[in-house]
Amino acid sequence: MAKGVLVDLTKCVGCGGCTVACKLWNDMKFDDNNPTVGDKAKLSGKNWTVVHAHQVKNKDGETVWRFNKQQCLHCLEPACASACFAKALQKTKDGPVIYYPHLCVGCRYCMIACPFNIPKYEWDKTFPLVSKCQMCSTKIARGEAPACVSVCPQGVFKFGERDELLKEAKAIIAKDDKYIKEIYGEKEVGGTSWMYISDIPFKDLGFKTGLGTTPLPTYSHNFLRYTPFVAVGWGIILTGLYHYTKRRNTISKETNIKG
Amino acid sequence: MAAQQGWSFRMTPIRKLLILLATICVGVSIFRLATGLGLVTNLNDEWPWGLWIGFDVLTGVALAGGGYFTAIIVHVLHRDQFHPIARGAMLTSLLGYLLVLAGLFLDVGQWFNFWRPFVSWGHTSVLFEVFWCISCYTTVQVLEFGEIFTERVGKKWHNAFKAAMPVLMIIGIIFPTLHQSSLGGLYLIAVHKLYPLWWSTLIPYFFLISSFFVGPAMICVESTLAGNAYNHKVPIEVLRGLGRIGGWFMLLYLVLKIYDLSNRGVWDLVFAGNLEGNLFLLEMILGVIVPIFIIFSGMSKSRSGLFIYGLLVSGGVVLNRMNVVFTGMSGTSGGSYFPSIWEWSVSIGLVSIGVLVYCFIVENFNILDHGDHHSA
Repeated sequence: MAKGVLVDLTKCVGCGGCTVACKLWNDMKFDDNNPTVGDKAKLSGKNWTVVHAHQVKNKDGETVWRFNKQQCLHCLEPACASACFAKALQKTKDGPVIYYPHLCVGCRYCMIACPFNIPKYEWDKTFPLVSKCQMCSTKIARGEAPACVSVCPQGVFKFGERDELLKEAKAIIAKDDKYIKEIYGEKEVGGTSWMYISDIPFKDLGFKTGLGTTPLPTYSHNFLRYTPFVAVGWGIILTGLYHYTKRRNTISKETNIKG
Repeated sequence: MAAQQGWSFRMTPIRKLLILLATICVGVSIFRLATGLGLVTNLNDEWPWGLWIGFDVLTGVALAGGGYFTAIIVHVLHRDQFHPIARGAMLTSLLGYLLVLAGLFLDVGQWFNFWRPFVSWGHTSVLFEVFWCISCYTTVQVLEFGEIFTERVGKKWHNAFKAAMPVLMIIGIIFPTLHQSSLGGLYLIAVHKLYPLWWSTLIPYFFLISSFFVGPAMICVESTLAGNAYNHKVPIEVLRGLGRIGGWFMLLYLVLKIYDLSNRGVWDLVFAGNLEGNLFLLEMILGVIVPIFIIFSGMSKSRSGLFIYGLLVSGGVVLNRMNVVFTGMSGTSGGSYFPSIWEWSVSIGLVSIGVLVYCFIVENFNILDHGDHHSA
């Protein structure tokens, strides 16, 4: 069954331990130009996860700090994987959307396709690759939680079956008044493996909102499914027209000669 | 038949300049292939697709649409009066596609891996369709050119190429029909990124129709330029007839646009007065509405009228593709992008190479004086 992670943003203190764990487990260099924690935190070819700091007003009008951990959301129907023309991005049945470098051509269509702007590119390399969170797929395959999840000192994350996490999240936000009544990732573009609950509207924390519930691959599919019919039908029409007009021209020439 | 012996290539000051630009392009291209994209281009994580995709590929493919337009009119519908432009238009189209492939090759990061989609089928991707169709179509066009090539070189193969032409022609129309629309279809998945004036479930059809009507427009431009350079005048009535066919398709495009804008309820964005709205208006008025007026009025009875028609329509399609790649995406991208001098030099150099090769082929093969050729 598909795994997922539930993130409770009310518990995060912004320590950034998760971003360090990600670097260590995945053997990634620190990015001098882009920090992993703070208000200048930015995903990059070297940063698979970052923690954004936001100063916002809560329900009572008080100014508070909130932190938003950003990484690939591992969509249930990933736009990047459907956009990749060489199958370099694939969704596994465990949940992670994995990148296979040896298949990648470097067209960067996945970057255009992703509604969350997650895939990044190694612009400084001669043979650059796409770079994004893999949800520690090798750990998940062994039944372990992703590196970032396992090190959190605050208990921000819960790792498990997505379906069960969703039920749990619904129970939490129903019980406790401080939460906004919405689970980010439940339905966004068809649902994601990572889900968030929060006491501050997601829009104020830099989340992309208004994405709708339609999985993005649907749009391409609705167009592409006509391709075989158009190819064959158009071929038949053209062949017919070719012979018809050729014959018509021959007849009109013959008529002219006789007349 | 090309009767001259030996190969000729006239040298003029303009051609010397073009050779210089082409040389710079080749140099920058080699540097780019050896060092990656970061040093040569201004592309970044917010702007993964820039000038090379926007101009060299999306615009290049559209402007090369004259080939399949001509193939349909002349070789499938057998409108023999349009024969004088057939070979010229199809040559331009072939060169256009070869340059598109060159542009694509320079733009992909793992360029030695370009063949990968031939074996690793990402068939859910619109780009997969684009990739296959452009590869196959370019191959077909090279084979089609074989008929002309073997008039001079390898004459014993000529009859074989001639016999294969009808099949090649029809396959050579199916492919562009599919991929011209799928170039627009690429943006279907960017539903939350492309500005609503351009994003629509109909965008594949807008790309298809515009690639079709830009065909005669490019022929008007090209035959005027070639006419001056080679003293080869295509009869006005031929160009006007072609332009009118384009005109009808522009009317269809306009009606479909109006329907689409109303259907999605975005008319307020057209007149919002912002950059997106204004550029959209410019594209529609100068690139579609004014040319429709020109081609169906007396203005299209003169060469200059047809030349202006051609320039406006081609310019409108270029602007449309640029709007989709840049203007329409800028609102959601967050970052900024302006092509570097090296990106410009490669794009300009590729066009220069195209012009030089066109001149060489026209001077050495039977392209322009081909009115008496009877169709295969």
